[in-house]
Amino acid sequence: MGRKILLEHENVPGIETLEVYRKMGGYRAAEKAIKSMAPDDVTEEVKKAGLRGRGGAGFPAGMKWSFIDKKSDKPRYLVCNADESEPGTFKDRYLMEKIPHALVEGMIVSSYALGAKTSYIYIRGEYFYVLRILEKAIAEAYEAGLLGKNIFGTDYSLDLYVQIGGGAYICGEETALLESLEGKRGNPRMKPPFPAISGLYASPTVVNNVETIAAVPHIVNMSGDEYAKIGIERSTGTKLISASGHINKPGVYEIELGLPVEEFIYSDEYCGGIKDGRKLKAMIAGGSSVPILPAHLITKTANGDARLMTYESLSDGGFASGTMLGSGGFIIMDETACIVRHTWTLARFYHHESCGQCSPCREGTGWMEKVLHRIEHGHGTMKDIDLLVDISKKIEGNTICPLGDAAAWPVASAIRHFREEFEYHVLNPEKIKDPKHFEKEPFVSSVTQNA
Amino acid sequence: MSEIAFSAEAMEVVKKIIKRYPEGRQKSALLPVLHVAQAEFDGWLSPEVMDYVASILEIKPIEVYEVASFYTMYNLQPVGKCLLEVCQTGPCMLNGADDLVAYLENKLNIKVGETTTDGMFTLKTVECLGSCGTAPMLQCGADYHENLTNEKADALIEKLRTDNKRSRYC
Ligand SMILES: Cc1cc2nc3c(=O)[nH]c(=O)nc-3n(C[C@H](O)[C@H](O)[C@H](O)COP(=O)(O)O)c2cc1C
Ligand code: SF4
Ligand code: FES
Repeated sequence: MGRKILLEHENVPGIETLEVYRKMGGYRAAEKAIKSMAPDDVTEEVKKAGLRGRGGAGFPAGMKWSFIDKKSDKPRYLVCNADESEPGTFKDRYLMEKIPHALVEGMIVSSYALGAKTSYIYIRGEYFYVLRILEKAIAEAYEAGLLGKNIFGTDYSLDLYVQIGGGAYICGEETALLESLEGKRGNPRMKPPFPAISGLYASPTVVNNVETIAAVPHIVNMSGDEYAKIGIERSTGTKLISASGHINKPGVYEIELGLPVEEFIYSDEYCGGIKDGRKLKAMIAGGSSVPILPAHLITKTANGDARLMTYESLSDGGFASGTMLGSGGFIIMDETACIVRHTWTLARFYHHESCGQCSPCREGTGWMEKVLHRIEHGHGTMKDIDLLVDISKKIEGNTICPLGDAAAWPVASAIRHFREEFEYHVLNPEKIKDPKHFEKEPFVSSVTQNA
Repeated sequence: MSEIAFSAEAMEVVKKIIKRYPEGRQKSALLPVLHVAQAEFDGWLSPEVMDYVASILEIKPIEVYEVASFYTMYNLQPVGKCLLEVCQTGPCMLNGADDLVAYLENKLNIKVGETTTDGMFTLKTVECLGSCGTAPMLQCGADYHENLTNEKADALIEKLRTDNKRSRYC
């Protein structure tokens, strides 16, 4: 059994209540931090722990916290990013729904470390039922004196609110999120200035993912040095992985970073292997934005080393033969999946979600969607395939926020690794008219044949 | 048209929401208040309702229009009593979202984007709802309906018809 930290008590009946959460050791970290540690000591532990942001970018949390502008006379804010809209990602939902107090306690400890007196959790609009669960937990915490004035009898006071979004993936981008929290359209801001200097209401602000914040109390309890012993090298701790697609046991799993990808996919403790005993074809490891990998690069890197669930191993080989851990949205495709069709749905997604501020992203995503639609529906040409690569290159790196890159990578990587399948679509317009073409006759590329 | 005004209950909720933000930052309440407004006024935001929200938050109507049109959950046109939002993104597609959409289109005798003639159902496709491990799925109001099969979809439609209540997020 792998080590569990965040989800250790996921199956304890009543864990969503304050009473049971406390019985299982909950709010000990909040008490320890607020009563016996200086705010900077908490940040120091998070730094020692090597905790990296779990929202996708993997930026070290302690370092981000230390950037907060302490000279400013404006109030400081902590904003939790619970927007979770990256296709394939549903781990924050699971954690908030199962153990809401884990996030509430994390918000208390992290706000204390940052010197925030008001903090917000920004949750995607579709998660209204999760909002209710969080509100209930927060009300319990207020009632018990864990939020509000003079927490644990100290002079530290904190107000915590949950803000509901309106349905827009781009609000997961931290500056778009802050715009949205100010009651505006979710248009990402130009950086710099970074939120740590000028964030919510132009005040010093830290934005962190749900899972990042929920890890903080555990670090305070066990110490940063102990946390850093879990995992491998710079991938410390555990990570929540939401697994979906063609696997026997889709769901949310907590893994110790360093677990072999092969074990994650095939062991009964996790995904339980590929559905109906079919063959593995492709994997997206970190939510729809990261490059897709073909079968021969999933369990092993290009060098032949075992591929591990770590930031480093998943990105081994760069974009030529690697990918990214991202948000931990793990999507598995078996031989019946059509890569072109899947890529087209993702292109449609990014086109739909582009905020429209930058022309490469606004126009490019729409163009890619159109061309992919054409290829998937039997009207594509060979030139279209190169056109897609060209568009993706023109978007990448030329936009205000990383949504442009996130839209370009899935398309570019699908063509990089599955070009033959795109060509097959162009050459066999009749066969692929049936959207389930590969369910009847899986496509075999020369690479798979030789593998 | 009768005067547009929140019920006393909804007004209480709105006032509480506004208190979450610092003085002068009441515009921050816009997204949550629009959800309250949509739930209060038949599941969509008419220009009159948006103007009303603007007056409550003391902002310009255009500030409300531009936000309401940006986010997908706000309906700027009337919708059926129950809005069925089927996720169609990649991971759901792998596990039968296309079939579910086709089944519902056929069963309700409408295309995506349309409303049944009795005004009961509007069918909409949406992007990833964070439910990819329990695909295919749809959202109706605040409820997620997951791991759907044709039989489960039948039962859901039946239940929604019998309940005959407007679906709402809040
Ligand atoms: C288009 C886009 C969408 C994003 N969506 C999310 C999201 O849903 N949740 C999240 O935590 N971070 C998301 N991020 C990353 C955030 O911008 C930010 O890096 C993160 O919230 C920081 O928290 P962390 O350091 O704890 O990961 C997104 C970024 C981009 C560019
Ligand atoms: S890259 Fe796309 S989503 Fe990001 S700011 Fe530009 S247009 Fe908006
Ligand atoms: S792809 Fe449908 S819920 Fe994520």
